[in-house]
Amino acid sequence: MTGEKKPIIQLHNIVKRFYIGQPNELEILHGIDLEVYEGEFVAIVGESGSGKSTLMNIIGALDKPTEGSYILDGIDITAAPDSALSSLRCRKIGFVFQTFNLIARTSAVKNVELPMLYGGVSGAKRTARARQLLELVGMEQRMGHQPNELSGGQKQRVAIARAMANDPAVLLADEPTGALDSATGRVVMDLFHKLHKEQGKTILLITHSQELAAECQRIITIRDGRIIHEAKGGRGA
Amino acid sequence: MIWENVKLALNGLRSNKMRALLTMLGIIIGIGSVIAIVTVGSSLTSSVSSSLVSLGGNNLQLSVDPRPDENGEHANNYSYEDSDLLTDEMLAAYQQRFAQQIRAIVLTESKDPGSALRQGQTAKITTTGANQGFFDLDRVSLAAGRLLTQNDQDGRRKVAVVSDLLVKRLFGGDAQAALGQPVEVTEANGSVNEFTIVGVYTYQMQGVFLGGKPTVSDDARTQLYIPLTTFHELNGVSEGSYFWCEVAPAAGVDTAAFEVRSEQFFEQSYYKNNAQFRVEAYNLKNEMSTITQVLDTISIAIGVIAGISLLVGGIGVMNIMLVSITERTREIGIRKALGATNSAIRTQFIVESVIICLVGGALGILAGCGLGSLGATLIGAPARINFATVLVAVGFSMAIGVFFGYYPANKAAKLDPIEALRYE
Repeated sequence: MTGEKKPIIQLHNIVKRFYIGQPNELEILHGIDLEVYEGEFVAIVGESGSGKSTLMNIIGALDKPTEGSYILDGIDITAAPDSALSSLRCRKIGFVFQTFNLIARTSAVKNVELPMLYGGVSGAKRTARARQLLELVGMEQRMGHQPNELSGGQKQRVAIARAMANDPAVLLADEPTGALDSATGRVVMDLFHKLHKEQGKTILLITHSQELAAECQRIITIRDGRIIHEAKGGRGA
Repeated sequence: MIWENVKLALNGLRSNKMRALLTMLGIIIGIGSVIAIVTVGSSLTSSVSSSLVSLGGNNLQLSVDPRPDENGEHANNYSYEDSDLLTDEMLAAYQQRFAQQIRAIVLTESKDPGSALRQGQTAKITTTGANQGFFDLDRVSLAAGRLLTQNDQDGRRKVAVVSDLLVKRLFGGDAQAALGQPVEVTEANGSVNEFTIVGVYTYQMQGVFLGGKPTVSDDARTQLYIPLTTFHELNGVSEGSYFWCEVAPAAGVDTAAFEVRSEQFFEQSYYKNNAQFRVEAYNLKNEMSTITQVLDTISIAIGVIAGISLLVGGIGVMNIMLVSITERTREIGIRKALGATNSAIRTQFIVESVIICLVGGALGILAGCGLGSLGATLIGAPARINFATVLVAVGFSMAIGVFFGYYPANKAAKLDPIEALRYE
């Protein structure tokens, strides 16, 4: 599909090894090739230990591959110096974590402002955009609340608003419904679909749930550090 | 960015008040003790020096003193002959020789305590003969009438300037009514003289150091000033001879150098053949440097103690920062995932450490000013807060914050985001 569409993520022959002492070299990823195009909603499915977390860290520019090349939105991550990675994360990636990872004792609106603070957006603009994003995720009533005053689903919606703050090239969601009951999980998934459809966001969903993966446009299955299967999903266009 | 970090740090302090306070204690004690001792010290110094200036601290005291022997020891037993003393003639020559440097020479001589009598009322007085220089320097503040003049001196007139306390006792407090009135003075040796009151001065307690508040009772003994010439005549001498006198230098004269030249003048002109005595010149202000030196020594000692306290305080801050960073490992991981650079993290924690130290410093300054003022009040000096010291204290607390915050902050900045995110 979409030969004419712009590739956002281009992984080529990604290998990741960990060195736990010289003889015990541990290879987690054995040559991953993957391309994700602009506006796609892709699921990466794998059981625990399959290497999907390691892959996500690499895609999220938190870690560098041992071998292979990774081009994110036209920028070669593997060639970028470590010091440049933080600014790439800031501008290109929007993380949504399983455990929400909001900053404690900090209001929802301040949490959403955080990536913009690190991106050098001025104060007034920051607050305005944060409010707008919280409205988008339906959290306009809870802007001043701190994380411990929010329910799980509300926290995850704030986290999604935060991930959207710098209008990143890709939303990287790692088990975003894993800590939620199915009803709230549903709300969060619907929010992703809404962002995908209405905002044309590129979304990469990492999950172990086949059910959730089936909602995406494309499903990539990983096992033992290799892509073993790729399929079209049921929902989306 | 810095401002955001400041707000963040203040929030952190608010949410952990007890811990913050304990952490800051070392800084508070260190800064507080420095400020307190400097406040007390500078209050003391300024109070002493203003007392000295009001007493003519800039003036030279010339006195006839025994010469030290070859070992620099002063003889314990000595007696003055009249010929050893300063005379009017010597002083006139001295004043002529240093006409440019000398503003006035003050000479006073007093009798033993006596009493003034008028219509059955008495007041305790000390009859004091004062030369014109004494009045030229405004040593008394006039309340009514006039001070004594050169004419009074030349004419050896029997006129007097009396205190308002005497007027209160003898004239019911009406200074105008006292002017021109006679007052009968009985001296300790029984001689009785009558003087005409020409002026009334406001009595001020002399020799009050350190701002202590004198309580003036109505029957305090006060000076009754008469012309020095009249004083001599009543004593049956034609001119005075003095153990000491006070010299007020003209404005801008280097008193230390003038001291030496004055001693040389008397030595060469009058005393070089006097084996037993010589004239020595002193200056109160120079004596004061001794007091200042003592204060400086105390300040250095306290400074060293405060420095140790600040060092311990700084280590406390570093310790709590390390604890805080461990507690907030996950937060650091989140911030890094959201795009915080290493230097942003480092800045955040250095700012936090600086804020802890600054708040501690501010509390220390408050405590120090409070204690210092209290201390100054207790020793009877007006409290003087030294703003330069306060500024230095603020700067120093910031420096401690940066110095002891850098290592923990750098440790935080170098955390691996993946490890940090995984931290429970």
